Amino acid sequence: MQAQLPLYPPEASNFAPQVDNLMLYLTAICVFFAGLITVAIVYFFFKYHRKHPNEVGVPIHGDMRLEATWIIIPAILSLTMFGWGAAVYVDFRHSPADTLDIYVVGKQWMWKIQQPNGVKEINELHVPVGRDVRLTLASEDVVHDFFVPAFRVKMDVVPGNNRYNTMWFRPTKPGRYHFFCSQYCGTNHALMGGWVIVMEPTDYAAWLSGSGSAGADPVTVGEKLFTEKACATCHVANGTGRAPSLNGMYGAQVLLADGTTVTADDAYIRESIVAPNARIVAGYQPLMPTFQGQLTEEQIIALTAYIKALKSQPVPANGSGVAPGSGAAAAPATEKR
Amino acid sequence: MSTTPPIPEHQLPESHYLNVGYGAGIKSWVLTTDHKRIALLYLASVTVFFFIGGVFATMIRIHLLTPEGALVTPETYNKLFTMHGVAMIFFFLIPSIPAVLGNFLIPIMIGAKDLAFPKINLLSWYIYVIGGCFVLYSFSTGGLDTGWTFYTPLSSIYSNSAVTPAVIGIFINGFSSILTGLNFIVTIHTMRAPGMTWFRLPLFAWAHYATSLVMILGTPVVAITLLLAGLERMFHLGFFNPAMGGDPILFQHLFWFYSHPAVYIMILPAMGVVSEIIPTFARKPIFGYSFIAASSIAIAVIGFLVWAHHLFVTGMSAYSALAFSFLSYLVAIPSAVKVFNWTATLYKGSISWDAPMLYALGFIGLFTIGGLTGLFLACLGIDMHVHDTYFVIAHFHYIMVGGAVMGYVGGLHFWWPKITGRLYSGPLAKFAAIVLFIGFNLTFFPQFILGYLGMPRRYHSYPPEFQVLNVLSTAGASILAVGYLLPMFYLIWSMRYGKIAGPNPWPATGLEWKTDSPPPTENFHVTPVVDWDPYDYRNRPDLGLVAGGTPLAPAHGDD
Repeated sequence: MQAQLPLYPPEASNFAPQVDNLMLYLTAICVFFAGLITVAIVYFFFKYHRKHPNEVGVPIHGDMRLEATWIIIPAILSLTMFGWGAAVYVDFRHSPADTLDIYVVGKQWMWKIQQPNGVKEINELHVPVGRDVRLTLASEDVVHDFFVPAFRVKMDVVPGNNRYNTMWFRPTKPGRYHFFCSQYCGTNHALMGGWVIVMEPTDYAAWLSGSGSAGADPVTVGEKLFTEKACATCHVANGTGRAPSLNGMYGAQVLLADGTTVTADDAYIRESIVAPNARIVAGYQPLMPTFQGQLTEEQIIALTAYIKALKSQPVPANGSGVAPGSGAAAAPATEKR
Repeated sequence: MSTTPPIPEHQLPESHYLNVGYGAGIKSWVLTTDHKRIALLYLASVTVFFFIGGVFATMIRIHLLTPEGALVTPETYNKLFTMHGVAMIFFFLIPSIPAVLGNFLIPIMIGAKDLAFPKINLLSWYIYVIGGCFVLYSFSTGGLDTGWTFYTPLSSIYSNSAVTPAVIGIFINGFSSILTGLNFIVTIHTMRAPGMTWFRLPLFAWAHYATSLVMILGTPVVAITLLLAGLERMFHLGFFNPAMGGDPILFQHLFWFYSHPAVYIMILPAMGVVSEIIPTFARKPIFGYSFIAASSIAIAVIGFLVWAHHLFVTGMSAYSALAFSFLSYLVAIPSAVKVFNWTATLYKGSISWDAPMLYALGFIGLFTIGGLTGLFLACLGIDMHVHDTYFVIAHFHYIMVGGAVMGYVGGLHFWWPKITGRLYSGPLAKFAAIVLFIGFNLTFFPQFILGYLGMPRRYHSYPPEFQVLNVLSTAGASILAVGYLLPMFYLIWSMRYGKIAGPNPWPATGLEWKTDSPPPTENFHVTPVVDWDPYDYRNRPDLGLVAGGTPLAPAHGDD
């Protein structure tokens, strides 16, 4: 029956059974109340059908106990729906610590996807089963949305200065599953979809290394850009430049000119490239020009990968933006905004 | 109509609002300040938009018969659903009940001669027409392909369609809504007849009072928001365009700050209609009058605090998502209170099976499904799956079509004898109500399943596994279309050939039924004095009924 006319899509991620159970809970409650109302209306409809043209009904004006009952019981049930739904959602919005990070760039009307080692895909996403996967989502034009029904998750892909949305899931079942753009984005919105291919980890590793389209390693690409775009002239590694050293910066707390701190995550790095004056590191001048429109989303991703790789480089004693004693105990990146 | 008391032979009154005082000709209509005539002007114009929107809907459903799309190009399909939404929401649903039935009935129901500002009332219709012309201009010169939600930067930068005239049209139309709301609030406050206290107001008036609050407070926001999007498009000012430092999500917040409450502009008046029909056709006081009245106000107020539940997957802060989810559950409670009270009103009633009652009960059924599925969308853990899928489409069509349009058509059937002075065919009307109910469910229920399966909205083509449910939905839509066309024919037919209704054919208890059908231009020959409670059948000997099988004391002063 499920094969012929399914009522729900395949369950292929850690979230799928959670969302389906939640769905069943709400459906049970709602079917009960809809049934109650329907039975009552149908019963009264026949039972109290007008017998005589001049008949009138019994004047009942109300009942406080009944009103209280049908305010309090729905209120309590609503609270349980709210609480359970919130728990699933909060889990979805906080990605776990050790994730496989994949970049997804949406543009009218295609998806460009980049694996951690630089392998690029168009409208296909290969992921290993059983591994926590985090997608970092960027848009080159309008708002898109990355939606995988079999995983029961979606997230908007929003263009903007500091808007990297992220989403995560753990695939649980190998197979091929649709993904869609579910935020209307213009003419070929309906064609902006593709397939998520969930593979056994060994197959995934084989695919990753053997993929014919293997692109250059993003760290290498980023390093090249870092020189080409003259980033290196100010962001000097030993901390003597006009801009902070980026060594050890990624994931750390950065002290800002206004006294607050920010986690140096993908979104902060992206913002610092396209809108550098938004949040200046303490002790430095707002000198950097914007690179808005001069770098593609993929180049920004490559630069980010390079900066990420600098994480393990020694932090200079002075001249770095890293807040003293912050370590890398960063808050989950998804919550910064 | 077997359950209605035998109708004595009635005559149309010699002079009434349709035939008196203006002389003949079009001038007596386009320059009228009579709220009843303005209501009919609105009736004609919203019907035009309903049919334009309906034609688009028909084409959408035909197109979706096959996975690759059976009828039009992707560009055209995108224009069809956009123009369907714009025509239906801004130019049919929002004005339908308030500007047609509300305009006609609010003054009569409270015993007034007209609305507080009759000329402003006429002005609001002209504004509507001017706004409508801009939108029709947009439709006919390239169309509109942004979705009715006009999300930026798609609408402000990327779309190649006629966005600017449409935005201007909706901006202008907003003032029509604001002026109507203003007129209703002032009228209800200042022009009630002697004895018409606040708690003797018909619930229809309470619902319109709440609606008017939303119109006045919300409409300016959407008008400004769309104007900003238009300015960004025309003059490249960066409000929402990220390339210029703007924030596209800000647009969504501003847009939904109005457009979610706008849902209540559509549904509250329909709830008002149902609150009139149920007690009339059960012939007993409504159960929990004050709870129904207060829940209208509660919906209007809390309805302003839930807008961001349209943005749960935009990447907004998870904590603010929690707040908006919680508030969305809160707004569900007053709606549930209404449904329970309507159902309880039926208990020990004397229930007739006339057409308006069938529409009202159909409304309860469809609104209950629409409201309950709203709980799924308010649930954060489910919304992250069903957001922007057909589940949402099904949900809001149950509210707006199953709810608001059922209420509107039911209201037209209830007050048609008052508006025209004539009766339509009862059996045909009952048949249409049943066809509408069945057709509606066949059209939209499959879309809940489609949505949960993952079919996104606004898709001109779809994977083949979704075809069965789409075909089912299109089949239902063809039945639904019959349900809408039937009343068009018999209602128009009745205007000329229907039996004369007399002042109070059902009979009902409201003040509007104490005057002629159709009413005189000044509504009442003598200013009425109200000394009864709403929906009170026991103490109304003038209605000529008996109570619980026992005849009342012989009616005196019965006319």
